[in-house]
Parts: sequence; C-alpha cells; structure tokens
Amino acid sequence: MVQWNDTQANRLIDQAARDGLVVTGALRRLVDHFGYVDDEAIAPLAKAFSRSKAEIYGVIQYYTDFRDKPPGQHVLRLCQAESCQAVGARELTKAVCEHTGLGLGETSKDKNLTLEAVYCLGLCANGPAAELDGQPLAELDSAQITEILRTVQS
Amino acid sequence: MSQRVFIPGDMLAIALGANQLAEAVQSEAEARKIPVQIVRNGSRGMCWAEPLLEVETSKGRVAYGKALTRDVPALFDAGFLTGGAHKKCLGLTEDIPWLANQTRVIFNRCGVIDPLSIAEFETHGGFVGLTKALHLAPAQIIEQILASGLRGRGGAGFPAGIKWQTVAAATGPTKHIVCNADEGDSGTFADRLIMEGDPFRLIEGMVIAGLATGAEHGVIYLRSEYPFAAKILETALRLAEKANWLGEDIQGSGKHFALELFVGAGSYVCGEETALLESLEGKPGIVRSKPPLPALEGLHGEPTVINNVITLCAVPDIITHGGKWHSTIGMERSTGTMPFQLAGNVAKGGLVELPFGATLDVLVNEFGGGTRDGTPVRAVQIGGPLGAYLPPELFGTQTDYEAFTTIGAGIGHGGIVLYGAGVNMREQAAYAFEFCAEESCGKCTPCRIGAVRGMELLEKPTIDHALIDDLCEVMIKGSACAMGAMTPIPVQSAMKYFPEDFSKETG
Repeated sequence: MVQWNDTQANRLIDQAARDGLVVTGALRRLVDHFGYVDDEAIAPLAKAFSRSKAEIYGVIQYYTDFRDKPPGQHVLRLCQAESCQAVGARELTKAVCEHTGLGLGETSKDKNLTLEAVYCLGLCANGPAAELDGQPLAELDSAQITEILRTVQS
Repeated sequence: MSQRVFIPGDMLAIALGANQLAEAVQSEAEARKIPVQIVRNGSRGMCWAEPLLEVETSKGRVAYGKALTRDVPALFDAGFLTGGAHKKCLGLTEDIPWLANQTRVIFNRCGVIDPLSIAEFETHGGFVGLTKALHLAPAQIIEQILASGLRGRGGAGFPAGIKWQTVAAATGPTKHIVCNADEGDSGTFADRLIMEGDPFRLIEGMVIAGLATGAEHGVIYLRSEYPFAAKILETALRLAEKANWLGEDIQGSGKHFALELFVGAGSYVCGEETALLESLEGKPGIVRSKPPLPALEGLHGEPTVINNVITLCAVPDIITHGGKWHSTIGMERSTGTMPFQLAGNVAKGGLVELPFGATLDVLVNEFGGGTRDGTPVRAVQIGGPLGAYLPPELFGTQTDYEAFTTIGAGIGHGGIVLYGAGVNMREQAAYAFEFCAEESCGKCTPCRIGAVRGMELLEKPTIDHALIDDLCEVMIKGSACAMGAMTPIPVQSAMKYFPEDFSKETG
C-alpha cells in the first residue's frame, strides 16, 4: 500500500470520473491504491461526481470495503458466517485475537497487522476460511493460523 | 504430444494449495523430461477432494483427490500420468459415485473445460442456445422460458419468464439485464463455481435475456469477496467481445448486446434487487420501495431484468432443448435441476446438482456423508442467514418450493449448512439477529432496531418467548425488505425445533 497523497488521490478521482465510473468506482481505486479513503478525498470526490460532501461520506460509511483509516501492512480477514461457525470459526477467531492481542476491526500499534471480520468468502464446504492479503485460506485450525501469522509478524 | 493435467484455478483449490501443486507438477515433469500441459480448470464442485488433480488417459480422466505438493514425486513414481495406482487415486472422474449420481445440466462443463477457452466451450455445447436464439423472435424465446417453468434461483423462486415478459412489454428505448452475482449467503458458492469454471455460460444466458426483452446493455453485479471470479469474468468478457459473441452485430445477426462487470464493496443487503440497483448507481445500498417494480423502473429508472447467476445459467440449455424438456425435470412447479451446496460441518461438502424433489436426507446423508467431526447431524440451515434451522426429523422433506413453504422454510439459493452435536442453537439464533444488525441498511425501523432488541433478548438469562415472538411479528410484517422480514425465520425455527437450548441459562 502507498502512503496517502492528495495529489495522487485527486488524479485517481479525476481519472475515475473521466472513465465514466460511479463514485464507488473511484472509491474502489482509492482503496486499492492507498488501502483506505482519507477524509481529504471527500471534497474532491463531491466535486468530481456532483454530489454533496454528506452524500460522499454516507457512501464511504455504508460499504465495508471503504475503510476510513489506513490498515496495517497485512490484513487478515476471518470469516464469521454460519458455515465457518459450524466448524469452529468462533474458537479460531478467539485464538487469533488472543495471539495478536487485537480485536476484529483493530490494527496493531506497529501498523503491521489489521484483523477484520468477513461474512462469507464462498469457501463454505472447507471452513473455517480466511483471507490474508488477498490470499484465500481454508480448513484452518488455531495452530496453522498462528504459524501463518508468525510469517507476517517476523 | 504432451500429457494434459488438470489442476483447478478455483479460489477454493488455491486456498488449499493448488498453485503450489501446479508448480510442483511442472518442475517435477521438467526434471523427469516428461512433457505435460497443465490446464487450470474450474472446480468439479467436489470440494471435499480439492485440490483435485486429474489426468487425461485413454480411458477418460482419472482423478487424484486432496493432492498435495508433497505427493507429487510419489504420483510420478506411481505413473499417475497414465492413471497409475496411488492411495489418493479416485478412479475415473466420471465414475466417482458422488459425481455420477448427480444430474449435471447447469454444471455440465464446470471443472471439465478450460474456463477461458471459447473453443472448448463450443465443443461442449456452448453457444448452441444463443445461436438458436439469434434466429428467434423475442416472443418465441420468452415462450420457451415460460414453458420451461424456470423459477429464479436467487431465493424468491419467481417465474423468470413472467419477469422477462414484463420487461419485454415495457416501453423505453433503453433496457437492462442485471445479473445478481452478490452471492452473500453463507453456505452458498454455486455462483462462484460457475463464474470461475464456466463463465461463458453466464454470458450466453445474459445475451439471450437481452434478445428476449430488447435490452442491449447488461451488467454483472459481483461481490468483492470473489476476486478470482472477477478476474476470470473480465477476461471472459474480453474474449467474448473479440469472438463477436458480445458487442455490435453479434455473429452477423444485426443484434447488439454490451456487457460489463461491476464489483460491489462489501454489503449483504446489496443482494436485494433494489439495493443492488442503488449500489450500481453509486449510492449506498438502501432498499427502494416497491412498486415500482424494477422490471418497469429499474436501473436509472429504466426497465430492468434482474436475475440470479444460476437462473441465467439455466437459460442456454432451455433454448437448446426447448422449454418442454426443462418442464419435465424436477417435481410439480419446481422444474429443472437445482445446484445444492453442502457446507459447514459436512464430511463431503460441495456442489450437488439434482432435479428438484430430492429429499434433504439424500443430500445431507448420501451425498454429504453426515458431519465432518463424526457427531450426529443435529441441525441444518437452508437458504443462508435468513433460512430456517431444521432438525433431522424433517429430512424426509422433498426439495420443492411449495413443500418447503409448508414447513416454514425456503430453499433460497440452495445452500445447506450442517451442524453437529456441538452446536448451541441459542447462539445461532442470537447470531441471526447479530447479522441483521450488522448488515441492515437502516432504512426501516423494524429491521434496524428490531435486530438489536432481538440480540438483547437472547442475551438475557431467561428467554421471554412471548416478547421474542412479538418482536418477530413486527419484523416480519413491518420491514421494507427480506432482510428484516426473514431474520425471524432462523430465530423462530431454532426456538421451535430446538426448545431445549432455550430453556437453560446462557453458557
């Protein structure tokens, strides 16, 4: 992920508007680039898409993918939905939270890791499932996930 | 000639190490100087055997289940390239009972072909329906869909032909075909499998829908949790345009259809069709009031067909073989086949396509093989987070829309989540409210506040049944959409069929 930069962000916003995307398309590009949408982007987004700042804020707050704070260098998303619950997702989540000292939605102080909840990755026959930096993981157990976390924490 | 080896490029297979497996097979083959060609196919839906390695032999494709990188040298030693014996060998793929006992119509190509090869798609019957449809009048196409009895596979079971007819009759120069690929229900992955394994099938179905209704623009609304499907669809769209199966003057017919992909941003409610339309317009996914129906005033206020992925994927075969053919499969008013998905605490999970009418017992026990942890199946939840929890006593129920209605349940998108002896049904009921609170769009009070009150009521040491029933009634009758109106289904079914979990103190 790249550190937030207003000039770059404005360029992405204008390009998205020129490409005929709706505002969520621009937000997607910002999140893909910076990992989140900074408050600084609200005014230029409102201008580029002819919407009020309040409307832009509403869109950002509505969608889970549009983080409003920078995530850690690594993002671990743990599935919390029923199929994974049926095979121990609750216990797995608890183990990860204990191991990392983080709750879901929190980022470590050293900005290395963010934990997030996700509701279904479509890997439901092989839970518990998770995703680390876009890489899908399945059939997890506590020992395995702690081992995987060690590789990103070192 | 080099030997063809199939290793799925499907998201699940990759989660279980398919990429590393493919690399290991490639380098081992190179070291042994054996020419192999690795095809990254879709998944056969045998999730319990992923990564499923297959090789083409003179007798047909031979499968090796749960093939891992560390098995590769031994597989070569065993002569797997000619179907050699190995403890992971499952025999000829087509003869594996779990697959052979299914009726693969919609999923006939999934896992068989290279998903991004138009040539292979056509060799296996692809674009036959569309080619036929290009020479039919719109009314003739709709006639076949009506005759087929095809009902929406997204959950509501609404007759697809009637929806199409409404859009065809609507006035307006611009109409749209929207594919709802926001498959958010836990326990469902049929849309993901077909989009990753046979994307041209969806494209074919959407173009036919366009021809039938006069729409020349289509969009696939895909959830962002499916990045692999997004990548495959993007490529498939470009290939289909290049081969003139999309775009202007399709195959010289004078008919046009442009199709684009739109990726969502993490919102369960966007699977609700009006919230989905709002989302496509760049707004928060807040449900619209109905009427007006999206068929008349949908995307940008213009007539719009919104169908689920599987509904659209069922279309090409109906045009190829005729509506009558389809209407004879299944039972009563639930015609055709349904791709069921077995998930959760299941021994043999995956995709099971069968004609409607198969009992839950057949799905849960014969295909699913019971639980993964070996405990007796205590409950199944059918149709996602808004679906009913059912006990084994009801497993004799046939999968038929009407039969399910009579037991207070729905088939939904066909997801069946198994739970073993360890499940706490009170926790599951509380989760139903929690999920509703998390995902509610906030427009209507019964859903927005009811979900939170429900969570609180289930956290209390003693359960106030009357008050919970009262709350459920308000949510059912007063919510603007299915999110609030159906959340009581898992709650009340859990309380009805598993009362013992609601009488004791909270653990």
